[in-house]
Amino acid sequence: MSVWKHHAKFERHSLLLIIGILVVVSIGGLVEIAPLFWLQSTIEKVDGMRPYTPLELAGRDIYLREGCYLCHSQMIRPLRDEVERYGHYSLAAESMYDHPFQWGSKRTGPDLARVGGKYSDSWHRDHLVDPRSVVPESVMPPYKFLAEKELDYRDIAEKMKAQHTVGVPYTADEIANAKKDLEAQADPSRRTQWACGPVTGPRWSTATSTAIPTRSPRWMRPSPICRCSAPWSTSSPTRLRPRRTSDERAHL
Amino acid sequence: MSAPPPSNDAAPPGAAVLLIISVVSAFLAIMGAGLTSDPIFRLQAETFALACVLAAFALNAGLSSGTLLHHPDRYSDGVIKAGVIATLFWAAAGLLVGVVIAAQLSWPRIFYFPELGFLNFGRLRPLHTSAVIFAFGGNALIATSFWVVQRTCKAKLAGGIAPWFVFWGYQLFIVMAATGYLMGATSGKEYSEPEWYTDLWLTIVWVAYLLVFLGTIWKRKEPHIYVANWFYLAMIVTIALLHLVNNAAVPVGLLNHKSYGVFSGVQDALVQWWYGHNAVGFFLTAGFLAMMYYFVPKRVERPVFSYRLSIVHFWALIFIYIWAGPHHLHYTALPQWAQTLGMTFSIMLWMPSWGGMINGLMTLSGAWDKLRTDPVVRMMVVSIAFYGMSTFEGPVMSIRAVNALSHYTDWTIGHVHSGALGWVGFISFGAIYCLVPWLWKKKEMYSNTLIEWHFWIATTGILLYIAAMWVSGIMEGLMWREYTPQGFLAYSFIETVSAKHIENIIRTVGGLMYLSGALIMIVNVWRTILMPSEAVSEQTPAPLATAIA
Repeated sequence: MSVWKHHAKFERHSLLLIIGILVVVSIGGLVEIAPLFWLQSTIEKVDGMRPYTPLELAGRDIYLREGCYLCHSQMIRPLRDEVERYGHYSLAAESMYDHPFQWGSKRTGPDLARVGGKYSDSWHRDHLVDPRSVVPESVMPPYKFLAEKELDYRDIAEKMKAQHTVGVPYTADEIANAKKDLEAQADPSRRTQWACGPVTGPRWSTATSTAIPTRSPRWMRPSPICRCSAPWSTSSPTRLRPRRTSDERAHL
Repeated sequence: MSAPPPSNDAAPPGAAVLLIISVVSAFLAIMGAGLTSDPIFRLQAETFALACVLAAFALNAGLSSGTLLHHPDRYSDGVIKAGVIATLFWAAAGLLVGVVIAAQLSWPRIFYFPELGFLNFGRLRPLHTSAVIFAFGGNALIATSFWVVQRTCKAKLAGGIAPWFVFWGYQLFIVMAATGYLMGATSGKEYSEPEWYTDLWLTIVWVAYLLVFLGTIWKRKEPHIYVANWFYLAMIVTIALLHLVNNAAVPVGLLNHKSYGVFSGVQDALVQWWYGHNAVGFFLTAGFLAMMYYFVPKRVERPVFSYRLSIVHFWALIFIYIWAGPHHLHYTALPQWAQTLGMTFSIMLWMPSWGGMINGLMTLSGAWDKLRTDPVVRMMVVSIAFYGMSTFEGPVMSIRAVNALSHYTDWTIGHVHSGALGWVGFISFGAIYCLVPWLWKKKEMYSNTLIEWHFWIATTGILLYIAAMWVSGIMEGLMWREYTPQGFLAYSFIETVSAKHIENIIRTVGGLMYLSGALIMIVNVWRTILMPSEAVSEQTPAPLATAIA
């Protein structure tokens, strides 16, 4: 009896066919995905990673809502040109609190993983309101309405609770004070204090220690969470600098 | 197996139950809209409530007037007619949004409206992808699967009113998702953007779809399940699995539209691309291969080339496809062993893909002359050719060294569109050109000339599109990594953006041509439906077991 005749069993019994399909399509996913949850090497050890502050979380939700991930990646590959253009390549640990991940799949615009601190606040404001006012060839949509609309953060504590449920280590204290912390960080008079550098404040100060991976290469400072480009662009040798006027121009 | 046959003028089983469910759901949705403080959730709940109220009115009117009838001895063709119309409607809508966002990238000063933020690229892009994949593709799959499963099983669709629930429930899913995107309700995962309540609704509809499909197979009068139905079944079952895992999320509140996925970072990335790649593999490939396995042999009146090849094709394809996801994550923070596995299986995937292509093409053995005489056959053959081309291009792009160049560029966009416009679009159009005269009892389509026009305009549009994307994708990939002799990066990012301007315009024109072809088809289908019918009244559904697959 040939093997082809055995196949008739699947063709005659729909439940057998479904079981066959389920078994066959499960193998690949189980072998590839399941180990990522228990292999220790999947996410390298990095000290001082902290979850987003309430204001950062609210901002990230806007990033999702506007579909920024459809044109911008947040995943720098370990290729020479990318490291020189965008900064050190991205580590798995840097997105360990990202629900969902925002690595992106397309660069209609540049990578944003380490864009923090690269430009002034006023540049960002102008660029978001009308991208072509600062970069004439840009194809980015205008986000004038973001400047005109107040942030609705009534549910910020609930959002942090939901984040806690899915595994982000927010403390009860942080959740209880979510609104207060958000307002404090958004307060322009305290902007320098809350800028991309170490975050200071009663609740977030403990998490501000510079994040240095256990392997401790010198590029890993200060905190990876702050996603600053500064350490890499200042420490890279001059000859690797982009040809054009400034780092800003190269990154555009 | 079969229920006792009700009298000919009975209402479909389950219609009264569905009426009660509609009323209860409308009540719950109105409660939700009233209690929430979240404006997006309120609008979505109101949309849902409106749909439930409309459904309740329609069901009530149909039941009380006695026009909602169930013919146990006839095929359920009404729901397929509705599916064909919905497929064409969503094709036009999805393609139009695609042309708009292509125009935005070509002429950002004209096609962006600072006062209308909801029309920005970031909100329209998920609308485009969902409209073409899930609305156009999904409706094509549901409509054709309902036709194929009935004809190949010689059985009426199971579940009484359930097929209509699947159809309208699926349209509601599309409307909820699409209006949600415009308002900013998104889970932030590509091709899986609907928020948690829309995902739950789709789960209910999808389970009903599976049960209708399986129930019909259980009622079959043929001992064997036809090969097309294996592919449809694999599509339905696997999409359910992918949907449930990838969309696992915790809502911020029961009256809040926002939710956060349970996975994060690197694990989320692989779950997402396991989903994303197999949405291509099962939704856009397996399901449409089922169309190929039914409509190509039917149209050319030849048996499938090789029965054994179809067995190998089926099991090899579904086994290997599921591994290929990590090729979307080359050189990322995903562990390299996973990337390598993904690449290896992606290259192996070339074989079953081409096995399927050969099985489809060789079905024309002895009927190749139809390529010349029948534009519908030509459309389906070109579709299979595009399938072969993009399933060759895919494995090439999945090689790490090639991916280093192609990833993040327009090349990927071109690849997707050669598959979507060429393969998925053309095989669906071919199937619909077959289905419309069968469903509405006409001898043939209104105009073969219009089909010719559709074919040539759309084919030229695809070629313009993918050629433009090859040029712009490879160009920007090379520009990003270009160094000057002194060792500096040669180009700033914005120079690579402005270098693509002409290609962006060509892509827009190509998309517009493809849309024009679809509009020609809509006119042709409309005129066909208006044509006088053959002998039997078109109001009467076909009696059971007349057609033989």
